[in-house]
Amino acid sequence: MNFPILTAIMLAPVVGLLLILLIPEKEQLTIKITAAVATFVSLVLAILAYVLYDHGQGGLQFLQDIPWVPAFGINYSVCVDGMSMPLVLLTAIVIFTGVFASWDMTKRVKEFFIFLLMLVTGVFGVFISRDLFFFYLFFEVAVIPMYLLIGIWGSTRKEYAAMKLTLYLLVGSAFALIGIIATFLYAAQQLGHATFDIQTLATVKYDLGFQKFVFFLMLIGFGVLVPIWPLHLWSPDGHVAAPTAVSMLHAGVLMKLGAYGLIRVGVFLFPEGAKYWAPLIAVLCIVNVVYGAMIAMVQKDLKFVIGYSSVSHMGYVLLGIAALNTLSLNGAVAQMFAHGIMTALFFALVGNVYHKAHTREIARFGGLAHQMPRVAAGFLIGGLASLGLPGLNNFVAEFLIFMGSFTREQSLLGGLLSYRFLSILAISGIVITATYVLRVVKNTFFGPRKAEWDHLEDARGVEMVPIVVLVATLILFGLLPSLQIDMINSGVAPLVAKIEAAKAIGGIF
Amino acid sequence: MANLYLLTVEILTAALGLGLLALGLLVPKSDRRGIGYVAAAGLAGLMVAAFSMRDASGVILGGYVIDSFGTYFKVLFLAAALLTAVCSFDYVEKMGFNQGEYYALLVLATLGMMVLASSGELISLYLGLELMTITFCILAAYRLDDARSAEAGIKYVLLGAMSSAILLYGLSLVYGASGSTVIKEIGQAVAAGGASPALLLGTIFLLAGFAFKVTAVPFHMWSPDVYEGAPTPVTGFLSVASKAAGFAALVRVFFGALPDLHNFWVQLFIALAVLTMVLGNLVAIPQTNIKRLLAYSSISQAGYLLLGIVSFSVLGIGAIMYYAMLYVFGNMGAFMAATAFYNTDGSDEIRDYAGLARRSPLVAAVMLFSLLSLAGIPPMAGFVGKFYLFMSIISRGYIWLAILGILMSMVSVYYYLLVAKAMYLGNPPEGSQPLRVAPGLQVAMVVSLLVLFLLGIYPTPLTDYAMNSAVSFFMP
Repeated sequence: MNFPILTAIMLAPVVGLLLILLIPEKEQLTIKITAAVATFVSLVLAILAYVLYDHGQGGLQFLQDIPWVPAFGINYSVCVDGMSMPLVLLTAIVIFTGVFASWDMTKRVKEFFIFLLMLVTGVFGVFISRDLFFFYLFFEVAVIPMYLLIGIWGSTRKEYAAMKLTLYLLVGSAFALIGIIATFLYAAQQLGHATFDIQTLATVKYDLGFQKFVFFLMLIGFGVLVPIWPLHLWSPDGHVAAPTAVSMLHAGVLMKLGAYGLIRVGVFLFPEGAKYWAPLIAVLCIVNVVYGAMIAMVQKDLKFVIGYSSVSHMGYVLLGIAALNTLSLNGAVAQMFAHGIMTALFFALVGNVYHKAHTREIARFGGLAHQMPRVAAGFLIGGLASLGLPGLNNFVAEFLIFMGSFTREQSLLGGLLSYRFLSILAISGIVITATYVLRVVKNTFFGPRKAEWDHLEDARGVEMVPIVVLVATLILFGLLPSLQIDMINSGVAPLVAKIEAAKAIGGIF
Repeated sequence: MANLYLLTVEILTAALGLGLLALGLLVPKSDRRGIGYVAAAGLAGLMVAAFSMRDASGVILGGYVIDSFGTYFKVLFLAAALLTAVCSFDYVEKMGFNQGEYYALLVLATLGMMVLASSGELISLYLGLELMTITFCILAAYRLDDARSAEAGIKYVLLGAMSSAILLYGLSLVYGASGSTVIKEIGQAVAAGGASPALLLGTIFLLAGFAFKVTAVPFHMWSPDVYEGAPTPVTGFLSVASKAAGFAALVRVFFGALPDLHNFWVQLFIALAVLTMVLGNLVAIPQTNIKRLLAYSSISQAGYLLLGIVSFSVLGIGAIMYYAMLYVFGNMGAFMAATAFYNTDGSDEIRDYAGLARRSPLVAAVMLFSLLSLAGIPPMAGFVGKFYLFMSIISRGYIWLAILGILMSMVSVYYYLLVAKAMYLGNPPEGSQPLRVAPGLQVAMVVSLLVLFLLGIYPTPLTDYAMNSAVSFFMP
C-alpha cells in the first residue's frame, strides 16, 4: 500500500494542533471539536491499519523510509510489527477517549489541547519509529508537554509533581541516550557504515561486556518510565496531579513507552545483556507487584489507588519481559494493551466523579451507584478486569505471563530462588489486587445511599464516549483474544528466535 | 599580489561600519532610527555575500586564511549581528543617544570576530581579538544612566585586558619556541622539534586566554556581571558571537598549530569542560535575574562545546560548528524575548515573568522553545547539536564525560523550567496589559523560532554544511 498510513496517524494530531493555533481562545467548543476530529482521524486510521496488518505474514509492515541525515545514517523510517501495532491502536483509543474525558475543561482550553496533541504526537512517533534516532527524539518530545499539562491543569501538589516527573524521566532518558549513541558507534564500526536502523543494528554481534553495559543503561533509562521499583517514585505523584486526560495517557500509554523501549531496543538488540540482567528485573518486578498492590490497599485518595495499582500491574509486564520466552513476552505486550485500556477507563471515571464531587476521598463516598449507575458499572468492569476476571482482556494477558514465567526453568541465587517461586509471589499480587479493588468499589459505589451526593448527575452525552469505547475494547479483546494474540505472536516470534539463538549465560544472580 | 576578491566580506563589513559611523554624524537626531534599518539591511546583504563565498578558499599575505571553516563562522557572526540589530531598534531608541555609533560598533565587533575566525597567523589573530574586545567594552557600558552598565564596561575592560595579556604572553612563548607566527609553520616546527618547556607553558597561557573569551570555568568570573549590566541585545550578541569567535580561533590554534601536543592539552580541556559544565549548570539554579540565568547557562553551553575540542576529530569540529550556529538562534531567541519583556515592563527579574504566557503567547513561546533548545530537548535544534557533540566524545571512548554532560544538561532543564513555570504556571499581576512587541522584533523572534524547529526536525542542510566545512579545515 502506498498511502503512508503510519505517518498520517502521527501527523493527524499535528494538523489538529496547527488548526487550534489559528482558532481564537474564546471558541472553546470549536477547539474541542477540532481536537476530537484530529484524534478521531488517528483512531480510524489506526483501526484500519490494525485490520489491514497481515499477521499471517508478520514482520514489518506499512514501511516508509525517507533518508534524513545521510551523513549519520539517520532515516525517517516508520513501520509497525505485531508488537507495536496494538500499542499504536491503544494510543489512538486512549487519546480519542481522553479528548472526551476533558470535554468539561474550561481553563485555558486552547493551550491545553495544543499541548495534549503535542504529547500524543510524540507517543505515536515512538511506537512507529524503526530508526533509533527518531525513536529517542519522539520519546523526548512527549516529556515537556507533560510538564506543562500537569503544572497548569493538574491538582494536588501539581507543580511539585510535574517537576519531579520531568526530572525523573529526563535523567532516565539520559542513560538511554548514552546507550543509544554507544550502540550506534559500535555498530558503525562493525558494519563499516553509519546507521540508526533498529533492524540493521540488531544484526550486529555485540560482545558480551558491551551488551551487559548497554542493557543496564537501557534498563535504567526505560525502567524509570515503566516504572520499575525503586525508580517509580515520580509515578503516583504524577498520576494524581495530572488532569484526567493526561492521567489516562500517562498511565495508559506513556508507561508502555518504557516497557516497549526495553523490549524493542534492550532485548531485541542485546539478548545476552537481557539474559544477564533478567533475574534482577524478575526480582525487582515482584517488589513492584506486591509492594505496589499493598500500598494501593491503604490509600485514601481514589487516584492514588489507581496510581499504585499501575505500579503493581506494570510489574506483571516486567515479569513477562524477565522470563524471556514466547508465552511471557506475548503476555507482556498483551498486558501493556490491556492495562492501558483498563487504567484509562479508571482515570476517566475518577475524573468524572472528581469533576462533579470535587473530592476523591474514598471515605467520603458511599452508595454512589444510586446516583451514578453508569459510572459505577464502568468502574466495576474496570475493577473486574484489574483482578483478571476471565472474559476481560487482562485475564488473557496475565494468564500468558504467569504461564510463561512459571514454566521458565532457571534457579536464581544458587537455588534459593526460582522463577516458579517468583511467579507464585506475583500471582499472590492478584489476591491483594482483588482486595483493594473490591474494597474501593464497595466503599465508593455500593452501600446505603448518601444524601450528600444526591446532586451528582450520572455520566451522559459526550461523557459516555470514554466509558463505552474503553469498556467495549476490554470486552472485545477479552472474548476474542485471537484478534490480538495472533498479531502479537507474529511480532514476538523473531524476538524469541533471537533470544534463543543468543548463547546461554548465567544471570547476575 | 594577493587575491583581494577573497577579502570582499571583510572589506564590505569595514565599509559598512565606517559608513554607519559617518551616517550617525550626518543624520539629525530625530531621524536616527533609520540608521538601525540601514545597519540591518547592510548586515543581511553581507550575510548573503558571505554565504555565496562558502566554497572560496585561499591564503592571503601568507597568513590570512579564507576557507569554508572561516566562512561558516562569518555567516554565523553576521546572522547574530543581524538579529542583534533588529532586536536593538526599540531598545536603543529608548536610550535616546548615539544611535549611529551603536550600530557602527556592532558592525565593527563583527569585523573583529571575522578576522579572529579567519586568521592563520598569530598577530592578525590578536588584532581581531582586540578589535572585538574593545568594541564590546564600549557596548557593554553603553547605558550611561545605569551604574551596572558602567560596572560591566569596567569589568570587561580590566579582565579583558588581563586575559588579552595572558593570551599575548602565550602567543609570544609559542612564537619564541617555534620561530614563526604563521599557524601552519608553527605546526610544522612543533612536529619537527617536539614539546619544549616554553611551548608547553605557552600552550597553557593560550588555553587560559581563550578560556576567558569562551567563558570556561574558572575563567568565567566576569561574565555574569557583564551580562547583567550590558544592554540586553548586546548581552545576547556577546554570549553567542564572541563565544563562537573564541571557539573558531581556539580550534585554529590548537588544531592547526599544536596538534602534536594533543595528548598534553586534551587533559586540560577535559578538566575545563567538566568544571564548566558542572559549575555553570549548578550555579544557574538559584539565579533570579533572567540575564544572570542566561549568563550561567551560557557558561554551561561553553562546557558542551569544549567536548567537541576534547574529541579532537572532524566530527567534533563539525559538532561545534553545528552547535554554535543554532546556539545563535537559541540564545538570541531567549535574549530577544527578554528584550521584548524589558521594553514593556522594564524588568529582568524572573518572578516578573509570571503569567507572561497570557500576556503575550508569542514572547512566552519564543522564550520557552529557545530555552528548550538550549536544554537539548527535541524536536528543537539544540537536541541535534548536543547529540553530535556527545557522539563525538563517545566515539573517542569518553563515556563517563558524556554521561556527566547529559546529566548536567538534564539539570539545566530544571532551571529552564523554572522560567517556563513562571511564564506558564504563574498568574499575571493585577491590571497587567498585553505586551506590545515591535513588528521588527516579532519577525526576528518568529524567524529564530522557525529556524530552531526546522533545524531540529530536518537538520540535514546545516549538518552537511558544518561537516563539510569541518572536513575542509583538516585538508592541507
